[in-house]
Amino acid sequence: MHKVLIANRGAIARRVVRACHQLGLKSVVVYSEADAGAPYLEEASEAYALLGVTPKDTYLNQAVLLAIARDSGADAIHPGYGFLAENVDFAEAVLQQGITFIGPRPTWLAQMGDKVAARALMAQHGFPVFAGSELLTDPQQAAALAADIGYPVMVKPTGGGGGMGMVVVEDESDLANAMAQASAIAGSAFADSGVYLERYLSHPRHIEFQILADGRGNALHLYERECSVQRRNQKLLEESPAPGLDADQVAAVAQQAAAVCAQLGYDNVGTLESLFTQDQKVGFLEMNTRIQVEHGVTEAVTGCDLVATQIALADGADLPSQPPLDGFAMEVRLYAEDPDTLLPSTGRLAVFRPPNMQGLRVETGYQEGQILTPYYDAMLAKLIAHGDTREKAIGRLLVGLKAFEVVGVKTNAALLMSILQHPRFLNGQVDTGLVDAIRQNQ
Amino acid sequence: MARHEVESEVTGNVWKVLMTPGAAVSEGDVIMILESMKMEIPVESPSDGTLAEVCVAEEQQVEEDQLLAVVEA
Repeated sequence: MHKVLIANRGAIARRVVRACHQLGLKSVVVYSEADAGAPYLEEASEAYALLGVTPKDTYLNQAVLLAIARDSGADAIHPGYGFLAENVDFAEAVLQQGITFIGPRPTWLAQMGDKVAARALMAQHGFPVFAGSELLTDPQQAAALAADIGYPVMVKPTGGGGGMGMVVVEDESDLANAMAQASAIAGSAFADSGVYLERYLSHPRHIEFQILADGRGNALHLYERECSVQRRNQKLLEESPAPGLDADQVAAVAQQAAAVCAQLGYDNVGTLESLFTQDQKVGFLEMNTRIQVEHGVTEAVTGCDLVATQIALADGADLPSQPPLDGFAMEVRLYAEDPDTLLPSTGRLAVFRPPNMQGLRVETGYQEGQILTPYYDAMLAKLIAHGDTREKAIGRLLVGLKAFEVVGVKTNAALLMSILQHPRFLNGQVDTGLVDAIRQNQ
Repeated sequence: MARHEVESEVTGNVWKVLMTPGAAVSEGDVIMILESMKMEIPVESPSDGTLAEVCVAEEQQVEEDQLLAVVEA
């Protein structure tokens, strides 16, 4: 491997450029008209313009991305997260061009991308799953299954991700409507319009496990990430290790996650997401076949460069040995959004000055003067703090958020700071209901 | 008859229009879904009544405060 094309934008594009430099690889970035001012265009070895601004015309435009790979002489493509990262057709097209896809084999993207199939596969291999249905078409069949599972149930698109299109149904009278709505949204947003049912759990904890695998039957885990602090089913804050859980139980589930991935012959990196209920029951949620936004949390507590490792594994390297867990790490996602309404905020970054502090890493794909458009997600930056206690990591994030100067768009910094200082959070009592509880009390 | 204008709270684009003019609406019914920065933003009817006009089409770009729909109560 000599030259890597990065088919993405923002913080992850910049992060992969850095990993390439460290590995002595050339990096090729692409940029839409909206991203022409991004800082990583100069940091990469080469930068190619994409015509247009919409995701469809730019970072989802497979033909153009493949042509740039060919023209630039790239022998590998890193898809980042989002966009084409879990797109089976794209991964296959990359491989057919004789280019290395830095991610799991397309068969894993397909199998784990189908949420119903993924759950069945996990259950077959002995990983716990919660009650749920197969793919649904008929509302009457849905009513019978929902009654079996027990209300409230969640209607979910099978091709979905990021919480999009999910609908909670309290009783049977709302079921048909919810199915139609979820299916309509799934049909326009995802390749597959199928929906399925799952038991809706009240305020579970979202715990995920970082997996590394070599595709030759070996896999290991790099511990857990606690990702329960969410709004609208999107993560706001992640940390490792997970506070307030039975550490032995978490370690056992982590081992089981790695064992299942080894048995499957899974390759490259992945994240097994699970839910822990308030009575400590565990069930599979989904498997993400890519590097995650929050990978930096695991890097901070293990010292493992996950992106460099991912690239090395795609190039046929052996697995590293499992590092010990070192201290406490926590990440917050600074979003361009109104802290009161949570609506996204667009505009020009008149001032954008990330803090530079010990024990704090900032990952951003933006620089001062850039314009935030409505075309891409609202994440401005990730702040990742590390410390020998959880309290130290929290303190570093608070200072970092306070020092981070942003003028021109609204940000969620105040909400993040109120989460970090909330007694429930400080006590490690995190669950997916925490953000709503905090906002209602303000 | 009261006329309620429904305006966009964000800059973004129209993702899905869920209702057609003439439809009976209740307060809180979702008329359309906007998308901005990969977030779904439901646009709700401000009152009970009839959806008199839908002023935008799917995939159309919208600015903050742009008129999206009119509900007659």
